[in-house]
Amino acid sequence: MDSGGRLGRLANAVRRGWSRMPQQLSRLVVLFVAAVAGLAAARFFLVPPTFGELGHYRASAIADNVAVPLKYAGREACVDCHTDVAEVHSKARHQTLSCETCHGPAARHIENPGEVNPVVPREREFCPRCHGYDPSRPTGFPQIDPVLHNPMTPCVSCHVPHAPEPPTLPASCSACHGEIARLKAVSHHAVLECTECHDTPDAHKDTPRLVRPGKPAGREFCGKCHAPNAASPKHIPRIDIGTHGGRYPCWQCHYPHYPEVG
Amino acid sequence: MDEHARAQGVGSEEQPCGVDRREFLKKCCLAGPIVLTVVELGGEGAETPAYDATKHYYGMGIDVSKCIGCGRCMEACKTENDVPPEPHFVRTWVERYVIPAEGETHVEVITPGRTTDVRPAERAIVRTYFVPKLCNHCANPPCVQVCPVGATFISRDGVVLVDHEYCIGCRYCIQACPYGARFLHPETHTAEKCTFCYHRVVKGLAPACVEVCPSGARIFGETAARNSPLARFYRFNEIQVLKGHLNTEPKVYYARLDREVS
Repeated sequence: MDSGGRLGRLANAVRRGWSRMPQQLSRLVVLFVAAVAGLAAARFFLVPPTFGELGHYRASAIADNVAVPLKYAGREACVDCHTDVAEVHSKARHQTLSCETCHGPAARHIENPGEVNPVVPREREFCPRCHGYDPSRPTGFPQIDPVLHNPMTPCVSCHVPHAPEPPTLPASCSACHGEIARLKAVSHHAVLECTECHDTPDAHKDTPRLVRPGKPAGREFCGKCHAPNAASPKHIPRIDIGTHGGRYPCWQCHYPHYPEVG
Repeated sequence: MDEHARAQGVGSEEQPCGVDRREFLKKCCLAGPIVLTVVELGGEGAETPAYDATKHYYGMGIDVSKCIGCGRCMEACKTENDVPPEPHFVRTWVERYVIPAEGETHVEVITPGRTTDVRPAERAIVRTYFVPKLCNHCANPPCVQVCPVGATFISRDGVVLVDHEYCIGCRYCIQACPYGARFLHPETHTAEKCTFCYHRVVKGLAPACVEVCPSGARIFGETAARNSPLARFYRFNEIQVLKGHLNTEPKVYYARLDREVS
Protein backbone atom coordinates (compact mmCIF):
# COMPACT_ATOMS: atom_id res chain seq x y z
CA MET A 1 0.00 0.00 0.00
CA ASP A 2 2.87 2.47 -0.55
CA SER A 3 1.81 5.74 -2.07
CA GLY A 4 4.39 5.50 -4.87
CA GLY A 5 2.63 2.46 -6.33
CA ARG A 6 -0.76 4.04 -6.01
CA LEU A 7 0.38 7.20 -7.79
CA GLY A 8 1.96 5.12 -10.55
CA ARG A 9 -1.30 3.25 -11.16
CA LEU A 10 -3.20 6.56 -11.25
CA ALA A 11 -0.73 8.02 -13.74
CA ASN A 12 -1.12 4.94 -15.94
CA ALA A 13 -4.89 5.21 -15.85
CA VAL A 14 -4.76 8.90 -16.81
CA ARG A 15 -2.37 8.11 -19.67
CA ARG A 16 -4.63 5.34 -20.94
CA GLY A 17 -7.74 7.58 -20.68
CA TRP A 18 -5.98 10.48 -22.42
CA SER A 19 -4.92 8.28 -25.38
CA ARG A 20 -8.45 6.92 -25.73
CA MET A 21 -10.03 10.42 -25.48
CA PRO A 22 -11.22 11.83 -28.84
CA GLN A 23 -8.84 14.50 -30.08
CA GLN A 24 -11.44 17.31 -30.13
CA LEU A 25 -12.23 16.60 -26.46
CA SER A 26 -8.61 16.52 -25.32
CA ARG A 27 -8.04 19.92 -26.99
CA LEU A 28 -11.01 21.29 -25.08
CA VAL A 29 -9.56 19.93 -21.82
CA VAL A 30 -6.24 21.69 -22.54
CA LEU A 31 -8.05 24.93 -23.28
CA PHE A 32 -10.13 24.60 -20.12
CA VAL A 33 -7.10 23.93 -17.94
CA ALA A 34 -5.27 26.88 -19.53
CA ALA A 35 -8.26 29.16 -18.94
CA VAL A 36 -8.53 28.14 -15.28
CA ALA A 37 -4.80 28.62 -14.77
CA GLY A 38 -4.99 32.01 -16.49
CA LEU A 39 -7.85 33.11 -14.29
CA ALA A 40 -6.08 31.94 -11.17
CA ALA A 41 -2.93 33.81 -12.20
CA ALA A 42 -4.90 36.96 -13.03
CA ARG A 43 -6.66 36.79 -9.68
CA PHE A 44 -3.37 36.28 -7.89
CA PHE A 45 -1.78 39.34 -9.49
CA LEU A 46 -4.78 41.68 -9.77
CA VAL A 47 -6.66 41.25 -6.50
CA PRO A 48 -5.01 43.46 -3.87
CA PRO A 49 -3.42 41.70 -0.89
CA THR A 50 -5.97 42.30 1.87
CA PHE A 51 -9.06 42.18 -0.33
CA GLY A 52 -11.79 39.95 1.07
CA GLU A 53 -10.34 39.53 4.54
CA LEU A 54 -13.27 41.31 6.18
CA GLY A 55 -15.69 41.55 3.29
CA HIS A 56 -15.81 42.63 -0.33
CA TYR A 57 -13.18 45.35 0.18
CA ARG A 58 -9.51 45.86 1.03
CA ALA A 59 -9.14 45.39 4.78
CA SER A 60 -6.20 47.79 4.72
CA ALA A 61 -8.55 50.58 3.52
CA ILE A 62 -9.71 50.79 7.12
CA ALA A 63 -6.17 51.60 8.20
CA ASP A 64 -6.02 54.28 5.47
CA ASN A 65 -9.18 55.86 6.83
CA VAL A 66 -7.85 55.75 10.39
CA ALA A 67 -4.54 57.35 9.39
CA VAL A 68 -6.10 60.80 8.77
CA PRO A 69 -4.45 63.28 11.17
CA LEU A 70 -6.54 64.96 13.88
CA LYS A 71 -7.24 68.69 13.69
CA TYR A 72 -9.79 69.05 16.48
CA ALA A 73 -8.49 67.77 19.79
CA GLY A 74 -11.78 67.51 21.66
CA ARG A 75 -12.94 69.25 24.81
CA GLU A 76 -11.27 66.83 27.25
CA ALA A 77 -7.84 67.69 25.88
CA CYS A 78 -8.39 71.41 26.54
CA VAL A 79 -9.74 70.82 30.03
CA ASP A 80 -6.53 69.01 31.03
CA CYS A 81 -4.62 72.30 31.14
CA HIS A 82 -7.25 75.06 31.20
CA THR A 83 -8.98 73.88 34.36
CA ASP A 84 -9.90 77.39 35.53
CA VAL A 85 -11.78 78.30 32.37
CA ALA A 86 -13.36 74.85 32.19
CA GLU A 87 -14.64 75.25 35.74
CA VAL A 88 -16.45 78.49 34.90
CA HIS A 89 -17.56 77.32 31.49
CA SER A 90 -19.01 74.01 32.66
CA LYS A 91 -21.62 75.79 34.79
CA ALA A 92 -22.47 78.61 32.43
CA ARG A 93 -25.03 78.93 29.67
CA HIS A 94 -22.39 78.16 27.07
CA GLN A 95 -21.66 74.77 28.62
CA THR A 96 -22.93 72.86 25.59
CA LEU A 97 -20.26 74.48 23.43
CA SER A 98 -16.95 72.79 22.88
CA CYS A 99 -13.87 75.02 23.33
CA GLU A 100 -13.09 74.50 19.66
CA THR A 101 -16.50 75.79 18.57
CA CYS A 102 -15.16 79.31 19.05
CA HIS A 103 -11.39 78.82 19.35
CA GLY A 104 -11.02 76.65 16.25
CA PRO A 105 -9.07 73.42 15.76
CA ALA A 106 -6.53 72.98 18.55
CA ALA A 107 -4.80 69.64 17.99
CA ARG A 108 -1.60 71.40 16.93
CA HIS A 109 -1.77 73.65 19.97
CA ILE A 110 -1.91 70.59 22.19
CA GLU A 111 1.12 69.06 20.49
CA ASN A 112 3.02 72.31 20.75
CA PRO A 113 1.39 74.61 23.32
CA GLY A 114 4.09 77.28 23.28
CA GLU A 115 4.34 77.75 19.53
CA VAL A 116 0.84 77.37 18.12
CA ASN A 117 -2.03 79.23 19.70
CA PRO A 118 -5.71 78.83 18.83
CA VAL A 119 -7.68 81.83 17.66
CA VAL A 120 -9.41 84.12 20.16
CA PRO A 121 -12.32 85.69 18.28
CA ARG A 122 -12.85 89.19 19.65
CA GLU A 123 -14.27 90.89 16.59
CA ARG A 124 -17.91 91.96 16.54
CA GLU A 125 -18.70 89.85 13.49
CA PHE A 126 -18.07 86.59 15.34
CA CYS A 127 -20.90 86.28 17.85
CA PRO A 128 -23.75 87.09 15.43
CA ARG A 129 -22.79 83.90 13.58
CA CYS A 130 -24.95 82.24 16.21
CA HIS A 131 -26.73 85.15 17.87
CA GLY A 132 -27.60 87.39 14.93
CA TYR A 133 -31.31 87.43 14.19
CA ASP A 134 -32.30 84.84 11.62
CA PRO A 135 -35.96 83.89 11.20
CA SER A 136 -35.05 80.23 10.62
CA ARG A 137 -33.47 79.90 14.07
CA PRO A 138 -35.54 78.16 16.74
CA THR A 139 -37.93 80.32 18.74
CA GLY A 140 -36.43 81.36 22.06
CA PHE A 141 -32.81 81.14 20.93
CA PRO A 142 -31.15 84.41 22.07
CA GLN A 143 -30.71 86.65 19.04
CA ILE A 144 -29.97 90.33 18.42
CA ASP A 145 -30.04 92.58 15.40
CA PRO A 146 -26.31 93.16 14.74
CA VAL A 147 -27.08 96.49 13.05
CA LEU A 148 -29.06 98.01 15.90
CA HIS A 149 -27.61 96.29 18.95
CA ASN A 150 -24.96 98.63 20.45
CA PRO A 151 -23.33 99.40 17.11
CA MET A 152 -19.53 99.29 16.80
CA THR A 153 -19.04 97.85 20.30
CA PRO A 154 -17.25 94.48 20.48
CA CYS A 155 -19.51 91.89 22.13
CA VAL A 156 -16.83 91.02 24.72
CA SER A 157 -16.95 94.53 26.18
CA CYS A 158 -20.34 93.72 27.77
CA HIS A 159 -20.66 89.90 27.62
CA VAL A 160 -18.33 87.27 29.08
CA PRO A 161 -18.12 84.57 26.40
CA HIS A 162 -17.20 81.75 28.78
CA ALA A 163 -20.10 82.55 31.10
CA PRO A 164 -22.63 84.74 29.29
CA GLU A 165 -25.68 86.00 31.13
CA PRO A 166 -29.08 86.38 29.51
CA PRO A 167 -30.37 89.91 28.93
CA THR A 168 -31.82 91.57 32.02
CA LEU A 169 -35.57 91.68 32.37
CA PRO A 170 -37.24 94.78 30.92
CA ALA A 171 -37.73 97.54 33.47
CA SER A 172 -40.91 98.96 31.99
CA CYS A 173 -43.77 97.75 29.83
CA SER A 174 -42.70 100.15 27.08
CA ALA A 175 -39.63 98.01 26.38
CA CYS A 176 -41.87 95.60 24.50
CA HIS A 177 -45.20 97.40 24.18
CA GLY A 178 -43.70 100.62 22.82
CA GLU A 179 -46.49 101.39 20.39
CA ILE A 180 -49.17 101.29 23.07
CA ALA A 181 -46.96 103.23 25.49
CA ARG A 182 -46.38 106.04 22.98
CA LEU A 183 -50.09 106.30 22.19
CA LYS A 184 -51.09 106.29 25.85
CA ALA A 185 -48.52 108.97 26.66
CA VAL A 186 -50.44 111.58 24.60
CA SER A 187 -53.91 110.46 25.68
CA HIS A 188 -56.14 111.42 28.59
CA HIS A 189 -55.04 108.19 30.22
CA ALA A 190 -51.37 109.26 30.22
CA VAL A 191 -51.13 109.37 34.02
CA LEU A 192 -52.44 105.85 34.46
CA GLU A 193 -49.83 103.16 35.00
CA CYS A 194 -50.28 100.05 32.82
CA THR A 195 -50.68 98.02 35.99
CA GLU A 196 -53.65 100.20 37.00
CA CYS A 197 -55.79 98.25 34.54
CA HIS A 198 -53.59 95.23 33.74
CA ASP A 199 -52.75 93.01 36.65
CA THR A 200 -49.24 91.86 35.62
CA PRO A 201 -47.42 89.00 37.37
CA ASP A 202 -43.61 89.34 37.51
CA ALA A 203 -43.21 86.09 35.55
CA HIS A 204 -44.72 87.84 32.51
CA LYS A 205 -41.38 89.64 32.01
CA ASP A 206 -39.49 86.37 31.98
CA THR A 207 -41.88 84.20 29.99
CA PRO A 208 -44.21 86.67 28.27
CA ARG A 209 -46.21 84.14 26.32
CA LEU A 210 -46.70 81.66 29.12
CA VAL A 211 -47.75 84.13 31.82
CA ARG A 212 -50.04 86.80 30.43
CA PRO A 213 -51.21 89.99 32.13
CA GLY A 214 -54.86 90.36 33.10
CA LYS A 215 -57.42 92.61 31.44
CA PRO A 216 -60.44 94.41 32.91
CA ALA A 217 -63.39 92.05 33.07
CA GLY A 218 -66.46 94.27 32.61
CA ARG A 219 -67.90 97.79 32.48
CA GLU A 220 -67.87 97.97 36.28
CA PHE A 221 -64.09 98.30 36.02
CA CYS A 222 -64.36 101.57 34.04
CA GLY A 223 -67.14 102.59 36.38
CA LYS A 224 -64.65 102.80 39.25
CA CYS A 225 -63.62 106.18 37.79
CA HIS A 226 -66.38 107.05 35.34
CA ALA A 227 -69.58 106.13 37.21
CA PRO A 228 -71.65 109.14 38.47
CA ASN A 229 -70.98 108.27 42.10
CA ALA A 230 -67.28 107.20 41.68
CA ALA A 231 -64.77 108.52 44.21
CA SER A 232 -62.55 110.13 41.61
CA PRO A 233 -61.49 113.71 40.73
CA LYS A 234 -64.31 115.94 39.52
CA HIS A 235 -62.96 116.63 35.99
CA ILE A 236 -63.22 112.98 34.99
CA PRO A 237 -66.17 112.45 32.60
CA ARG A 238 -69.12 110.61 34.14
CA ILE A 239 -71.58 108.28 32.53
CA ASP A 240 -74.38 106.06 33.72
CA ILE A 241 -72.66 102.69 33.63
CA GLY A 242 -75.96 100.85 33.96
CA THR A 243 -77.66 102.17 30.82
CA HIS A 244 -75.01 103.75 28.55
CA GLY A 245 -74.08 101.63 25.54
CA GLY A 246 -76.64 98.90 26.10
CA ARG A 247 -75.11 95.47 26.46
CA TYR A 248 -71.66 96.31 25.03
CA PRO A 249 -68.55 96.54 27.18
CA CYS A 250 -66.91 99.98 27.24
CA TRP A 251 -63.89 99.07 25.05
CA GLN A 252 -66.16 97.99 22.24
CA CYS A 253 -66.53 101.72 21.42
CA HIS A 254 -63.80 103.48 23.47
CA TYR A 255 -60.15 102.51 22.98
CA PRO A 256 -58.77 102.67 26.56
CA HIS A 257 -55.17 103.44 25.49
CA TYR A 258 -56.36 106.50 23.57
CA PRO A 259 -59.88 107.46 24.70
CA GLU A 260 -61.59 110.11 22.54
CA VAL A 261 -62.18 113.58 23.86
CA GLY A 262 -65.62 114.94 24.55
CA MET B 1 -7.56 30.51 9.66
CA ASP B 2 -4.09 31.95 9.93
CA GLU B 3 -3.64 31.16 13.59
CA HIS B 4 -5.00 27.64 13.17
CA ALA B 5 -2.47 26.89 10.48
CA ARG B 6 0.28 28.21 12.71
CA ALA B 7 -0.86 26.23 15.71
CA GLN B 8 -0.98 23.10 13.62
CA GLY B 9 2.47 23.78 12.31
CA VAL B 10 3.80 23.89 15.86
CA GLY B 11 1.93 20.70 16.68
CA SER B 12 3.33 18.69 13.79
CA GLU B 13 6.85 19.48 14.92
CA GLU B 14 6.06 18.23 18.39
CA GLN B 15 4.38 15.02 17.35
CA PRO B 16 7.56 12.94 16.91
CA CYS B 17 8.45 13.71 20.52
CA GLY B 18 5.64 11.42 21.65
CA VAL B 19 2.67 13.77 22.07
CA ASP B 20 -0.56 11.93 21.38
CA ARG B 21 -3.42 13.35 19.37
CA ARG B 22 -5.69 14.12 22.34
CA GLU B 23 -3.00 16.11 24.10
CA PHE B 24 -2.05 17.90 20.93
CA LEU B 25 -5.63 19.02 20.34
CA LYS B 26 -5.86 20.23 23.94
CA LYS B 27 -2.75 22.31 23.42
CA CYS B 28 -4.20 23.64 20.20
CA CYS B 29 -7.31 24.81 22.04
CA LEU B 30 -5.19 26.54 24.68
CA ALA B 31 -2.80 28.05 22.19
CA GLY B 32 -5.58 29.31 19.90
CA PRO B 33 -6.54 32.40 21.87
CA ILE B 34 -2.91 33.27 22.61
CA VAL B 35 -1.88 33.02 18.98
CA LEU B 36 -5.01 34.93 18.04
CA THR B 37 -4.14 37.74 20.44
CA VAL B 38 -0.59 37.91 19.17
CA VAL B 39 -1.80 38.00 15.57
CA GLU B 40 -4.35 40.72 16.41
CA LEU B 41 -1.82 42.86 18.25
CA GLY B 42 0.96 42.35 15.78
CA GLY B 43 -1.44 42.66 12.84
CA GLU B 44 -0.84 45.44 10.40
CA GLY B 45 -2.18 48.03 12.86
CA ALA B 46 -5.44 48.35 10.98
CA GLU B 47 -6.95 49.98 14.04
CA THR B 48 -5.57 51.18 17.34
CA PRO B 49 -4.81 48.10 19.46
CA ALA B 50 -7.51 48.80 22.02
CA TYR B 51 -10.19 49.34 19.40
CA ASP B 52 -12.39 46.40 18.48
CA ALA B 53 -14.63 47.23 15.52
CA THR B 54 -16.92 44.29 16.20
CA LYS B 55 -17.95 45.77 19.57
CA HIS B 56 -19.27 49.04 18.10
CA TYR B 57 -22.07 50.08 15.79
CA TYR B 58 -22.48 53.78 15.18
CA GLY B 59 -25.30 56.10 14.33
CA MET B 60 -26.15 59.77 14.67
CA GLY B 61 -29.18 61.59 16.00
CA ILE B 62 -30.17 65.06 14.81
CA ASP B 63 -32.59 67.26 16.70
CA VAL B 64 -33.87 69.63 14.03
CA SER B 65 -35.42 71.97 16.59
CA LYS B 66 -31.99 72.67 18.09
CA CYS B 67 -30.13 73.58 14.91
CA ILE B 68 -29.39 77.32 14.80
CA GLY B 69 -27.85 77.20 11.33
CA CYS B 70 -24.49 78.65 12.37
CA GLY B 71 -22.67 76.34 9.95
CA ARG B 72 -19.84 75.49 12.36
CA CYS B 73 -20.33 71.80 11.57
CA MET B 74 -19.73 72.50 7.90
CA GLU B 75 -16.55 74.44 8.65
CA ALA B 76 -15.22 71.93 11.16
CA CYS B 77 -15.83 69.06 8.74
CA LYS B 78 -13.94 70.84 5.99
CA THR B 79 -11.02 71.55 8.31
CA GLU B 80 -10.86 68.13 9.90
CA ASN B 81 -11.10 66.18 6.67
CA ASP B 82 -9.32 68.51 4.23
CA VAL B 83 -12.44 68.83 2.10
CA PRO B 84 -11.82 71.11 -0.92
CA PRO B 85 -12.66 74.73 -0.05
CA GLU B 86 -15.21 75.33 -2.83
CA PRO B 87 -18.65 75.74 -1.25
CA HIS B 88 -20.27 72.95 -3.27
CA PHE B 89 -17.90 70.28 -1.96
CA VAL B 90 -19.35 69.31 1.41
CA ARG B 91 -19.45 66.16 3.47
CA THR B 92 -22.05 67.60 5.78
CA TRP B 93 -24.26 70.58 5.13
CA VAL B 94 -27.19 72.50 6.60
CA GLU B 95 -30.30 73.21 4.56
CA ARG B 96 -32.60 76.14 5.16
CA TYR B 97 -36.26 75.38 4.54
CA VAL B 98 -38.66 78.25 3.93
CA ILE B 99 -42.28 77.17 3.65
CA PRO B 100 -44.53 79.91 2.24
CA ALA B 101 -48.29 79.99 2.70
CA GLU B 102 -48.65 79.30 -1.00
CA GLY B 103 -46.39 77.77 -3.59
CA GLU B 104 -43.17 75.79 -3.54
CA THR B 105 -41.08 75.27 -0.44
CA HIS B 106 -37.72 76.94 -0.86
CA VAL B 107 -34.66 74.90 0.13
CA GLU B 108 -31.08 76.14 0.04
CA VAL B 109 -27.77 75.06 1.51
CA ILE B 110 -26.57 77.73 3.91
CA THR B 111 -23.23 79.47 3.59
CA PRO B 112 -21.56 79.48 7.01
CA GLY B 113 -21.26 82.98 8.43
CA ARG B 114 -23.77 84.60 6.12
CA THR B 115 -27.30 85.40 7.22
CA THR B 116 -29.80 85.97 4.48
CA ASP B 117 -33.16 87.65 4.58
CA VAL B 118 -35.46 84.76 3.91
CA ARG B 119 -38.61 86.79 3.48
CA PRO B 120 -39.69 86.59 -0.14
CA ALA B 121 -41.19 89.89 -1.21
CA GLU B 122 -44.92 89.23 -1.20
CA ARG B 123 -45.32 85.79 0.27
CA ALA B 124 -46.19 85.05 3.86
CA ILE B 125 -44.00 82.42 5.52
CA VAL B 126 -45.65 79.60 7.38
CA ARG B 127 -42.48 78.17 8.84
CA THR B 128 -38.73 78.27 8.34
CA TYR B 129 -36.02 76.14 9.93
CA PHE B 130 -32.65 74.48 9.41
CA VAL B 131 -31.97 70.80 8.72
CA PRO B 132 -28.42 69.42 9.06
CA LYS B 133 -27.61 66.66 6.60
CA LEU B 134 -24.78 64.22 5.98
CA CYS B 135 -24.21 60.67 4.77
CA ASN B 136 -26.87 58.51 6.39
CA HIS B 137 -24.50 55.56 6.76
CA CYS B 138 -27.26 53.27 5.56
CA ALA B 139 -27.31 49.68 6.74
CA ASN B 140 -28.46 48.83 3.22
CA PRO B 141 -26.50 51.35 1.16
CA PRO B 142 -27.16 51.72 -2.58
CA CYS B 143 -23.70 53.25 -3.07
CA VAL B 144 -21.97 50.11 -1.81
CA GLN B 145 -24.16 47.90 -3.98
CA VAL B 146 -23.26 49.71 -7.19
CA CYS B 147 -19.50 50.06 -6.66
CA PRO B 148 -17.98 47.88 -9.41
CA VAL B 149 -14.65 47.33 -7.66
CA GLY B 150 -15.51 47.11 -3.96
CA ALA B 151 -13.93 50.47 -3.18
CA THR B 152 -16.76 51.55 -0.91
CA PHE B 153 -17.97 49.36 1.89
CA ILE B 154 -19.56 49.17 5.33
CA SER B 155 -17.00 48.65 8.04
CA ARG B 156 -17.79 46.21 10.81
CA ASP B 157 -18.80 49.12 13.07
CA GLY B 158 -21.43 50.28 10.59
CA VAL B 159 -19.61 53.19 8.93
CA VAL B 160 -19.72 53.49 5.14
CA LEU B 161 -16.16 54.22 4.01
CA VAL B 162 -14.33 54.80 0.73
CA ASP B 163 -11.05 53.12 -0.23
CA HIS B 164 -9.28 56.00 -1.97
CA GLU B 165 -6.45 53.77 -3.17
CA TYR B 166 -8.84 51.45 -4.95
CA CYS B 167 -11.61 53.81 -6.14
CA ILE B 168 -11.60 54.19 -9.93
CA GLY B 169 -13.67 57.38 -9.90
CA CYS B 170 -16.52 56.01 -12.00
CA ARG B 171 -19.11 58.08 -10.06
CA TYR B 172 -21.68 55.25 -9.90
CA CYS B 173 -21.94 55.67 -6.13
CA ILE B 174 -22.53 59.43 -6.50
CA GLN B 175 -25.45 58.66 -8.81
CA ALA B 176 -26.79 55.93 -6.56
CA CYS B 177 -26.86 57.88 -3.30
CA PRO B 178 -30.44 59.10 -2.79
CA TYR B 179 -29.26 61.74 -0.30
CA GLY B 180 -26.67 63.47 -2.47
CA ALA B 181 -24.07 62.79 0.18
CA ARG B 182 -21.17 62.02 -2.16
CA PHE B 183 -19.01 64.01 -4.53
CA LEU B 184 -15.90 63.46 -6.63
CA HIS B 185 -12.76 64.96 -5.15
CA PRO B 186 -11.48 67.47 -7.75
CA GLU B 187 -7.83 66.49 -7.25
CA THR B 188 -7.76 62.78 -6.43
CA HIS B 189 -10.79 62.05 -8.69
CA THR B 190 -12.07 59.53 -6.17
CA ALA B 191 -15.42 59.44 -4.40
CA GLU B 192 -15.61 61.50 -1.20
CA LYS B 193 -18.10 61.28 1.62
CA CYS B 194 -18.66 61.62 5.33
CA THR B 195 -16.79 58.97 7.31
CA PHE B 196 -18.35 59.83 10.69
CA CYS B 197 -14.75 61.09 11.19
CA TYR B 198 -13.66 57.46 11.44
CA HIS B 199 -10.13 58.47 12.45
CA ARG B 200 -11.58 60.30 15.48
CA VAL B 201 -14.18 57.72 16.36
CA VAL B 202 -11.67 54.87 16.68
CA LYS B 203 -9.72 57.06 19.12
CA GLY B 204 -12.81 57.63 21.24
CA LEU B 205 -13.43 61.20 20.03
CA ALA B 206 -16.68 62.52 18.62
CA PRO B 207 -16.90 63.43 14.91
CA ALA B 208 -15.78 67.01 14.29
CA CYS B 209 -19.30 68.26 13.49
CA VAL B 210 -20.64 66.83 16.74
CA GLU B 211 -17.69 68.24 18.68
CA VAL B 212 -18.27 71.82 17.57
CA CYS B 213 -22.08 71.90 17.41
CA PRO B 214 -22.94 74.66 19.91
CA SER B 215 -26.54 73.68 20.54
CA GLY B 216 -26.20 69.91 20.81
CA ALA B 217 -28.30 69.35 17.70
CA ARG B 218 -26.11 66.40 16.71
CA ILE B 219 -25.74 63.33 18.92
CA PHE B 220 -23.27 60.62 18.01
CA GLY B 221 -23.00 57.20 19.57
CA GLU B 222 -23.68 53.52 19.69
CA THR B 223 -26.99 52.44 18.23
CA ALA B 224 -27.10 49.21 20.19
CA ALA B 225 -26.17 50.50 23.66
CA ARG B 226 -29.01 51.00 26.11
CA ASN B 227 -27.45 53.91 27.99
CA SER B 228 -25.71 55.96 25.32
CA PRO B 229 -26.79 59.54 24.58
CA LEU B 230 -28.00 58.30 21.21
CA ALA B 231 -30.15 55.60 22.82
CA ARG B 232 -31.67 58.23 25.09
CA PHE B 233 -32.32 60.47 22.11
CA TYR B 234 -33.91 57.56 20.30
CA ARG B 235 -36.09 56.61 23.24
CA PHE B 236 -37.43 60.06 24.11
CA ASN B 237 -38.14 61.39 20.64
CA GLU B 238 -40.34 60.53 17.71
CA ILE B 239 -37.71 59.35 15.25
CA GLN B 240 -37.83 59.83 11.52
CA VAL B 241 -35.32 58.94 8.83
CA LEU B 242 -34.85 60.49 5.41
CA LYS B 243 -36.46 58.65 2.50
CA GLY B 244 -37.40 55.65 4.60
CA HIS B 245 -39.48 54.23 1.76
CA LEU B 246 -36.28 53.51 -0.18
CA ASN B 247 -35.40 50.79 2.34
CA THR B 248 -31.86 52.06 2.72
CA GLU B 249 -32.10 51.72 6.51
CA PRO B 250 -30.37 55.01 7.37
CA LYS B 251 -28.50 55.31 10.66
CA VAL B 252 -28.90 59.08 10.90
CA TYR B 253 -32.02 59.60 12.98
CA TYR B 254 -34.01 62.83 12.97
CA ALA B 255 -36.25 64.21 15.69
CA ARG B 256 -38.92 66.88 15.09
CA LEU B 257 -38.47 66.75 11.36
CA ASP B 258 -41.00 68.67 9.31
CA ARG B 259 -42.98 66.78 6.71
CA GLU B 260 -41.59 68.99 3.96
CA VAL B 261 -38.08 67.60 4.47
CA SER B 262 -36.91 64.80 2.22
